[in-house]
Amino acid sequence: MQKIKRIFICAIIILVCFLLETTIFQKLALASVIPNTLIIVTSSFGFMRGKKEGLLIGFACGLLRDIMCGNLIGFYALIYMLIGYANGFFKSVFYDEDIKLPIALIAASELIYGLVVYVCLFMLKSDFHFVYYLGHIIMPELIYTILVTIVLYQLILNINRRLEKEEKRSASKFV
Amino acid sequence: MKTKNQTSFSSKYLLLALAIVCIILMGLSGFADARKGPLSWVAGYTVVPMQKGINTVGLWISDLTDNFSTLQDMKAENRELREKLDAMTIENNQLKQNSATLERLQELYKMDQNTADYPKIGANVIASENSNWFTRFTIDKGSLDGIKEDMNVLSGAGLVGIVTEVGPNYSIVSSVIDDKNVSSMILTTFDKCIVSGNLTLMEDGLLSFNQLANNENEVPVGEQVVTSNISDKYLQGLLIGYVSEINVDSNNLTRSGYIIPATNFRELQEVLVITVTKEDLIKSETTINEE
Repeated sequence: MQKIKRIFICAIIILVCFLLETTIFQKLALASVIPNTLIIVTSSFGFMRGKKEGLLIGFACGLLRDIMCGNLIGFYALIYMLIGYANGFFKSVFYDEDIKLPIALIAASELIYGLVVYVCLFMLKSDFHFVYYLGHIIMPELIYTILVTIVLYQLILNINRRLEKEEKRSASKFV
Repeated sequence: MKTKNQTSFSSKYLLLALAIVCIILMGLSGFADARKGPLSWVAGYTVVPMQKGINTVGLWISDLTDNFSTLQDMKAENRELREKLDAMTIENNQLKQNSATLERLQELYKMDQNTADYPKIGANVIASENSNWFTRFTIDKGSLDGIKEDMNVLSGAGLVGIVTEVGPNYSIVSSVIDDKNVSSMILTTFDKCIVSGNLTLMEDGLLSFNQLANNENEVPVGEQVVTSNISDKYLQGLLIGYVSEINVDSNNLTRSGYIIPATNFRELQEVLVITVTKEDLIKSETTINEE
């Protein structure tokens, strides 16, 4: 029962973030970039809940993006999944109270995401304006994403905390 | 300890399995024509209605804020608009005369193709692609409204792009500033050139054109550039933009330069979709000719 609830809540979080990105953030674009909220969700579930959940959530985020706006289905799903999985390795050093590690991890994820997108979709098309893309897209997106993280991460953290508390309670009932 | 090992193993296998699924999907979407069939159907009935909803709420709010603008502003704007209307009426009269002349001349030349008469339907932009790398957006009309792939999309001012993907009640439009090459021509001289966009130019709001023959036809700045008659996807004579800069290439055979697009891509709200594709037109013409 708790598991179904968790899946349901995760699905809602992903959907809300995706909808925010495609509609409202388009109007709030700073320096004509929009933040990448899905990477925040993927990465934070990765280090809060471990590799398995990270990769599943990453897969879901990426697939949603592929279906709605990608050319190749499965491309973003693969990137997000790997990012979620990689973040899972940091579960053992993650503490609720510390905000530095999450921000550093999310920033690193976002940077890697930007680089992979550049390499796969632009460099392979022999488009070598890397410095331009770095300065005009990758870095601004990174900074904006971090700004959004400060708010969004707290929300996700609180939701996760509440879910974990409930799960513990229902588990101890059966023991 | 044992359980921990188990979970880490299972997550590894899961990663491997899903990665293989992704790669297979990528391979399939390269081949198959109806790439996202069931998935896009599901998305069309879940995500798209929500995007539509948010969009309507947004429009409603902006309407609401508009209502608060003061009477004085309105009066000033009204006066301005009246002046504009007068100017436009005069211009319109002139244009009417011109078009009468044009019709006469066209009859003379037996030109029967009129580019302005393509059937169109209106659509709302409901979502943009959520990335900073591409300029694609979703509109709220799909195959149920008769939209097909490769249909051209216009704004009030000019060409916006082309439909690249169609769902039941939404479709995805790729804009011309997004790394696409469009075969086009200079309106007055009919010289062909290739218009393309990229991210670097997008920032400045420009498109580039190249491979324009360096012949005796002078192309002044401000000249209109329209889609050409030899393009296989774009209908002929849709306005792309105005020449802003033109240079002779170092090979002295071709010219290249920049175009200011007629459409403001940052503030697209409503677009028009032309419901015939170039393919349809060519087919219907050949059947007429055969008859």
